[in-house]
Amino acid sequence: METKRYRYELRLYIAGKTAKSNAALTNLKKYCEEYLEGEYKIEVVDLLLKPQLAEGDQIFAVPTLVRKVPEPIRKIIGDLSDEEKVLVGLNLRPVT
Amino acid sequence: MTKDNKKDKKKPVKIQLLKTPTGISGLDEITEGGIPTGRPTLICGEAGCGKTLMSLEFIVRGALEYNEPGVFMAFEEKTDELASNVGSLGFDLAQLQREKKLKLDYVHIDRSEIQETGEYDLDGLFIRLNYAIDSIGAKRVVLDTIENLFAGLSNQGILRAELRRLFQWLKEKGVTAIVTGERGEGPSLTRQGLEEYVSDCVIVLDHRVINQISTRRLRVIKYRGSVHGTNEYPFLIDEDGISVLPVTSLKLEKEVSSERVSSGIPALDNMLDGKGFFKGGSVLVSGTAGTGKTSIAACFANETCNQKKKCLYFAFEESPRQIIRNMRSIGMDLQKHIDKGLLLFHASRPTIHGLEQHLVAFHKLIKYFKPDVVILDPITNLITVGSISEVKSMLIRLIDFLQEEQITVMFTALSLNTIVSEQTDEGVSSLVDAWLLVRDIEFNGERNRGMYIMKSRGMKHSNQVREFVITDNGIDLVEVYLGPEGILTGSAREAQKLMEKTNEILKNNALNLKDREIDRKRKMLASKIAALQTEFESAEEELNKIYVEDQLIKNAAADNRAEMLRIRSGSSQIKEKK
Repeated sequence: METKRYRYELRLYIAGKTAKSNAALTNLKKYCEEYLEGEYKIEVVDLLLKPQLAEGDQIFAVPTLVRKVPEPIRKIIGDLSDEEKVLVGLNLRPVT
Repeated sequence: MTKDNKKDKKKPVKIQLLKTPTGISGLDEITEGGIPTGRPTLICGEAGCGKTLMSLEFIVRGALEYNEPGVFMAFEEKTDELASNVGSLGFDLAQLQREKKLKLDYVHIDRSEIQETGEYDLDGLFIRLNYAIDSIGAKRVVLDTIENLFAGLSNQGILRAELRRLFQWLKEKGVTAIVTGERGEGPSLTRQGLEEYVSDCVIVLDHRVINQISTRRLRVIKYRGSVHGTNEYPFLIDEDGISVLPVTSLKLEKEVSSERVSSGIPALDNMLDGKGFFKGGSVLVSGTAGTGKTSIAACFANETCNQKKKCLYFAFEESPRQIIRNMRSIGMDLQKHIDKGLLLFHASRPTIHGLEQHLVAFHKLIKYFKPDVVILDPITNLITVGSISEVKSMLIRLIDFLQEEQITVMFTALSLNTIVSEQTDEGVSSLVDAWLLVRDIEFNGERNRGMYIMKSRGMKHSNQVREFVITDNGIDLVEVYLGPEGILTGSAREAQKLMEKTNEILKNNALNLKDREIDRKRKMLASKIAALQTEFESAEEELNKIYVEDQLIKNAAADNRAEMLRIRSGSSQIKEKK
């Protein structure tokens, strides 16, 4: 059990190791290192292995990044290739 | 055996598409077995026309009646909302979920929560669906309404490709699926052109309002590889779910019965060959207002129940209580039949729903109650909800249905004119087997009712008009007076009868007088004869007397002469002796 609370708790839903999911994970890690160093936690959920988890977070597209903390929950779908959109989506940067 | 082989050769074995029954009453008849097994079917229609309910009923009926578990994936309504929405129909979704016969999955798509960046696919949805299907071994799947994806996601290219993949995947999975879609603008059936992906079976639902009366209709516009009814069929949503009516049976191959049922009016039965109507026949009673149509109908109902048969009475004008009260005044107690469960009233305003829905309601109630006799009183009021031709076609279908079920039906109809030769407004007189016409006969400042049998197929029937009288003890038919002055009814007939009676008495009196006179004359003559007789007798006696006297004189004279001779000769003899 992890007791430490991070400022950002992120969960990335993927379906197998596809090109899209790999790209999404790489992109995500890059942004987090850049903007949220030490303040984030990434959990990767492979729906092929745990399909029952899809319903809980209302996942219908993959890859989907879910920001669990801070509230409210935000979702970003796609391979996260657009840095601006991801940062806005995660509320790291105000809409310019 | 050889014959059989020949037959087999002549008839190539038809490869029938596998079909999955929906369990929705009527829909399986239209599609001849249900929707295609293992393929997706599209149900589309405007908002509020019953798409969700129909697809949900498909799942629930599958789980309950065909032992086929189903997955319902909702894109619009939350699962608990859905459950409470259909709870009123008696579908207990929570219970079915516990029994693993049903899985509800609500897919929530909120654009405000979602950002799209770059490439993605809908594998998440596939996985969810797959998981849901596998977890209960589902055979049936509903996606309601998948188009909501388009509202939540902006990348149409991806969506379209993914939808195509989804339907392909569903086919491979071998589940029978229903996809619902909102009706789009213009010629396309759905907003996003879903019909492009689902090409096996397309059902369109429609909700039309004509003359302020709404009717739900259903049409199968496409069913690849199968025959299906192509008409628009009305359907009804009520406490038992959806019922669709495959109403038009095209064949005229009904069973017929030569059994007879009494009309409840002995005199009317007498007019109908002494036995009454044919069982399974249709009877029309038409007439102007206040001619006693309802009384005839109630009489028939009463008689049916007295025979321990069941009667279903559809009332469109009066409430059941009203009819019961009114009929009590002519000596009929309908309440006791209701208490015994032999009589069922169903009163509804014709405007409550469209004609087709009325028909559906009739069907349902008839199937439920299984009556021997059905009464519709009056059909004229139905015209307020449809045109004449619509009413007629509905009645054709109703008569068809009833004849198939061997149920005798009696319609009453109000005719707006008094010209006998004219048809009733609904034009059903040509459809029915027997037509009774109750007509006002206005004469001498009073109105009387006359009844004719306009037609009665397949039996001898009286061609006479009868006066139709409603008394405290029910209905009776009286022969009208046919005199030199024409047909007389009511008090005129009574007056004529009285007059005849008087004449009779007078005539009798006159006859008596003549008789007595003859008697007297005879007596007089007899006495005269007696007098003459005596006269004759006295004359005869007189004559006799003369004759006797004459004889006596003759005899005496002869004696004298002889004596004289003797005397004379005696003396001479003596002389001679001397």
